[in-house]
Amino acid sequence: MTQPPKGSAAPPPGTGASGPPAVPPRSAPVPGQRSGGVPAAPPRSAPPRRRTAFAEGVDRLRAAAVTEPGRLRIIGALLAALVVAFGAVTAWQMNERTAAADDVLTRSQPLSSAAAGIYRSLAEANTAASSGFLAGGQETEDSRTRYDNGIRAAAEGLVTAAANSEPKSPAAQTIAELNRLLPEYKGLVERARTYNRQGFPVGGAYLRYANEKMQKEMLPAAEDLYTKENQRLSADYGDAKPYPWAAIALGVVLLAALAWAQHRHYRRTNRVLNHGLVAATAASAIVLLWLVVGHGVARSNLTDSYEHGVRSLNALNEARIASLKARGNENLTLVSRGAETTKVDGKTYDAYDLAFGKNMDALGKALAEAGRLADDAAGEQPVGTANGNMAEWKKRHSSAREQDENGNYQQALDLVIGGDGATVECFDGVDAALATALDHEKAEFEQAAGDGLDAMGYLPQGAGVLAGLGAAGALIGIGRRLSEYR
Amino acid sequence: MRAGRLRAGLKGWGGVGAMALACVLAVLASLLLPVIHSSGGGGAGTDDDGHGVAHGSQARAAQACTDPEKQTLAPSGDDGPTIDEIRSREGEKRKLIVGVDQNSYRWGYRDPNSGGDAELEGFDIDLAHRIAEDILGDADAVQFKAIPTDQRVPAIQDGRVDMVVRTMTINCDRLEDVAFSAPYFRTGQQVLAPKSSKITGYDGTLAGKEICTAAGSTALSTLERDREDGTLPEGVDLRTTVPNQLDCLVRLQLGEVDAVVTDGALAASQAAQDPTVELKGDAFTTEYYGVAMKKDADDLVRRVNRVLEQWRADRTGGWQHSYDRWLSETMDDAAKSLPPTPQYLRGS
Repeated sequence: MTQPPKGSAAPPPGTGASGPPAVPPRSAPVPGQRSGGVPAAPPRSAPPRRRTAFAEGVDRLRAAAVTEPGRLRIIGALLAALVVAFGAVTAWQMNERTAAADDVLTRSQPLSSAAAGIYRSLAEANTAASSGFLAGGQETEDSRTRYDNGIRAAAEGLVTAAANSEPKSPAAQTIAELNRLLPEYKGLVERARTYNRQGFPVGGAYLRYANEKMQKEMLPAAEDLYTKENQRLSADYGDAKPYPWAAIALGVVLLAALAWAQHRHYRRTNRVLNHGLVAATAASAIVLLWLVVGHGVARSNLTDSYEHGVRSLNALNEARIASLKARGNENLTLVSRGAETTKVDGKTYDAYDLAFGKNMDALGKALAEAGRLADDAAGEQPVGTANGNMAEWKKRHSSAREQDENGNYQQALDLVIGGDGATVECFDGVDAALATALDHEKAEFEQAAGDGLDAMGYLPQGAGVLAGLGAAGALIGIGRRLSEYR
Repeated sequence: MRAGRLRAGLKGWGGVGAMALACVLAVLASLLLPVIHSSGGGGAGTDDDGHGVAHGSQARAAQACTDPEKQTLAPSGDDGPTIDEIRSREGEKRKLIVGVDQNSYRWGYRDPNSGGDAELEGFDIDLAHRIAEDILGDADAVQFKAIPTDQRVPAIQDGRVDMVVRTMTINCDRLEDVAFSAPYFRTGQQVLAPKSSKITGYDGTLAGKEICTAAGSTALSTLERDREDGTLPEGVDLRTTVPNQLDCLVRLQLGEVDAVVTDGALAASQAAQDPTVELKGDAFTTEYYGVAMKKDADDLVRRVNRVLEQWRADRTGGWQHSYDRWLSETMDDAAKSLPPTPQYLRGS
């Protein structure tokens, strides 16, 4: 993809052999003329080979600039160089933006989603493990399936993330850390299960230890990964969206130069059209137009994909993570039975129940944000469902807490992990609704970002081809005029 | 506490102020010395050290450290403000709130195989039910709250629980903050280590080893006091402290520590869960478990003491029954665990 700039960067030196010297001569000839050019050279520098060659070139150009064919040659060379430079800069700048937009669509956004997925899977597995313990006796089929799914999804997510991360990058280090912790965590949970089966409370102690590892080491690492991938996504957006000012400016200069050349041509010959120059002008104008419109459309699509895709996805991911955390803390409130307390303003609260309240607030905020960002009914509907489930969850949670506060532990347990009317139904409802909303917003994002990428598609190649045609046009146009002097 | 404040005060004042304070201090020295010593030592009052100091002074403050297990009120069935408050609880809330442990095998724990119900069970739990039956007439009118080791005293002081029945050692330090019932169990600190370990007990074989204790436990304060006294073997690492003694077994199994020090009764319950670890050597302290209550809940203390008397006397469903049911499997001789006939030396 980087070939066009390099490939078309070669021509300028080629034409530059006659091009660049064209600039210095204007000032150089003056001293050269007065001191007699050749005689002046020997006394000044002993190895004058380069200078002589240079001076020769200068002399030739100076000589050429006096005659009309010579001037035409210089003008032709300059125009061709400008067209090629315009094409090259356009191809280079748009190539950069296209690559960044492609990264947004196919790399950084999927990775950001994958990181959110890793977090979610880990939290899900941990919540399932603690629920399994809560149920007492042998864990249910359901909680085992949830745990297994969580671990499996986390492991898969880590492989994907590892494959897409650059070696030795901070993200890669975090992934390695998580890869190290996951089997450790699994080992602790397996021990907890085994002891639980034997009826020993040390199983619960292992579960607490596993939970601590998850809460204090793994989830923060996963959150860190998510933050890093999101930063990369923002960086890619930042690379794809800025206007290609250099190319636009060069295009404007080129069109002005072509207009001037044609105006000069008209004044000298009274002929209105020079086919070559017109072709060059048309090609350059098309490239400039394509550039401005294509990038403008792409930009607006990308903005759209960010505003309605990425931001929605972020809000929904946050909501999902908050609901998972809330569920985990709700379970741990019962697992710990008041063993963990914190003091806020001198009042003692159950640490897990306090955390649950905060998670629910976070869930509410994230859902409100997601609802605000949802731009169609298909996006609003699942967010509404999640909101309804959340309200019901809060209601059921407070009655479960009341039972627990009254010392009716078994009833409280039934209200949290039991069947009908338990908070687990609400949690599942929230989770399922959020999954639907995430799918919808992901599709919206892919649509918008894909459109953006398409709007810029073939622009680098097109710019290269048209610039080639334009340069040829300019040379042919000038060549036609030159032939009149032979 | 008082000593700490005094010392802090000393630091803050300079020059003349400190001199003046020193004079006052000199006057109060005889009165305060035992208190300073006891709070600095922080160990069980039954050891020789505690005795020596306590006997050395006739001051009122020293009373707290003479045989802490005897510093309790005579049993009585009379109601008082605390019991009235518990009885006045309405409806669902008419329950005795008891702080327990849910991680001490055979003392207070939840058997995962008990058929899906979430009831706690064990020796301590039996006692809690018995007290509830006596006060509220319903053995099931109990709300259990799990409490980490270092939260037992604050939980009582903050009124989060009415009482703590949680393998809690009666000692001088704690007597300053809470009131204890008569002792209901005798135990002592013991070392737990893998069978393959070269550790033989609380002796030189512990040198350079990492020992796990529960934060706020008698084990930790005993080891810390011994380190100050220089009797702790060289290079023992006490940095690993956990919220619950059972977490020590996890650390031991994972190889993060070399040994665990905890009450013999709890060490036995840990050994019962893992056939590859064992108690090493004999108990190196003598301690008594008591029911802890609010410092001013005199009526409740007397009432609990009466319950304990009846519990000990009850041959069919009392102390011996609970011991046989929960502890006989993991501990050898009931006679070793039964505390001597209680004495009630506390005047008010």
